Amino acid sequence: MMRVSPDDATHRACAVKITGLHKSFGQLEVLKGISLEAREGDVVTLIGSSGSGKSTLLRCINLLEVPDAGTLSVGAEEIRFTPSRGGRPPRLDSHKVRGIRMRLGMVFQSFNLWNHMTVLENIIEAPLFVHGVARAEAVEFAKQLLAKVGLYEKRDVYPAFLSGGQQQRAAIARALAINPRVMLFDEPTSALDPELVGEVLKVIRDLADEGRTMILVTHEMSFARQVSSHVAFLHKGIVEEEGPPAKVFHNPQSERCRQFVSAQHALA
Amino acid sequence: MDFSWVSEFWPILLGGLWRTLLLLVLGALFGFALAIPVAVARISPNPILYYLSGTFTTVIRGTPLLVQIYILYYGVGTLLAATPEVRTSIFWPYLRDGFWYVVVSLAISVAAYEGELLRGGLLSVAKGQLEAARAFGMSSGLMFRRIWLPSALRMLLPTLVGDTVLLLKSTALASTVAVVDLVGAANQVRTHTFLVYEPLLTVALVYLIITAMITSIAGLISRRVPQKAV
Repeated sequence: MMRVSPDDATHRACAVKITGLHKSFGQLEVLKGISLEAREGDVVTLIGSSGSGKSTLLRCINLLEVPDAGTLSVGAEEIRFTPSRGGRPPRLDSHKVRGIRMRLGMVFQSFNLWNHMTVLENIIEAPLFVHGVARAEAVEFAKQLLAKVGLYEKRDVYPAFLSGGQQQRAAIARALAINPRVMLFDEPTSALDPELVGEVLKVIRDLADEGRTMILVTHEMSFARQVSSHVAFLHKGIVEEEGPPAKVFHNPQSERCRQFVSAQHALA
Repeated sequence: MDFSWVSEFWPILLGGLWRTLLLLVLGALFGFALAIPVAVARISPNPILYYLSGTFTTVIRGTPLLVQIYILYYGVGTLLAATPEVRTSIFWPYLRDGFWYVVVSLAISVAAYEGELLRGGLLSVAKGQLEAARAFGMSSGLMFRRIWLPSALRMLLPTLVGDTVLLLKSTALASTVAVVDLVGAANQVRTHTFLVYEPLLTVALVYLIITAMITSIAGLISRRVPQKAV
């Protein structure tokens, strides 16, 4: 199901905009000039084989990796990266970094819930200590979110006592708790047992249906085809093919994208 | 066995118990507070901080606590006593008393041992825990206070409890610099009554009871916040 028709795209505000992004780890250039845009309500999916740079790109958006060159804007915050001498990543203005991160809700492949806190404490942590929300309000919102991801009963449980699927749903609630402008998902189902993948995808699908802006790295191709408004196929650090899912999945222009898609298809 | 002396000497024993507990609590409190910067310096990229902290840890862990107490009490203490400004200051009543020299020695010792322990604990916190903190916009300070340190402490809890018990027993060294802690009290009883075993067995039992209390309190804490699913 296509959620967004191409012609109304220009009317929606830009949530994340990346231009000419470069990132190297030592000698290895992982991103070689990536440009990408997500408007309000977009679900942008990054696909590609491992090593194509899609996770690095996602991690550059919330600055867990600092790009070497290019520009990144999230809402009104914009950072221009200029390479510093000696090949070190550029130093960033910590206020800007914080401003960007406060607008992004990150969901990790390995959940990364804080082990020493209960599920509820995990969810109210950033609202309380980063966003300055009052405790009662944060708890109230956290409970709503937990009900939404089906974990209300587990609110006082420590992460170690939850299944992978439950941990990931809690992690999604934690990301939603800061009212993010954009949700970032870094292979959210790759660390899960196959029977737990569905429950997490369902939560993400619900978010897509609500019109949430999301950027998603995934290997779940049929899921990507269903929820995305825009798909970008990354290969060796560049966007090799992009467009609406119908185009990328059914009528790719690039030979590599065609191979990748049909290989995934054969697997499924 | 003759315990008839207890009726006469119990105030001394009680005073000794109070001083032992005070040494334990103050030594642990100041020691753990100092252990945090020691550990942080030990994992800092700054080479000066790293080597300073490393030298401190090596020197303190490589010398007997008794020697450290003597150096502070007889060395620094005598130096202070020879300084008129110190003798006339309001701190002199405290600086004369062996008690505070022992508190400082214990705190330094705890800082070195627990600093090294905490360093290992901090390094073993999974990277993802800290990455999540950063991704949600936490500053380094907030991340350390809310995520990194608590997470490390949770892991180290059993070891910290064991070390607190060791610290309890180290406080007995205070009796060597004229502090009337539990052992000091037992010694007083012995000189007055010429009994050998009874006073020592009595304080030994008290140490055991305090140890049991420390471990059961720790047990309560770790049951309340489990580290891992069993």
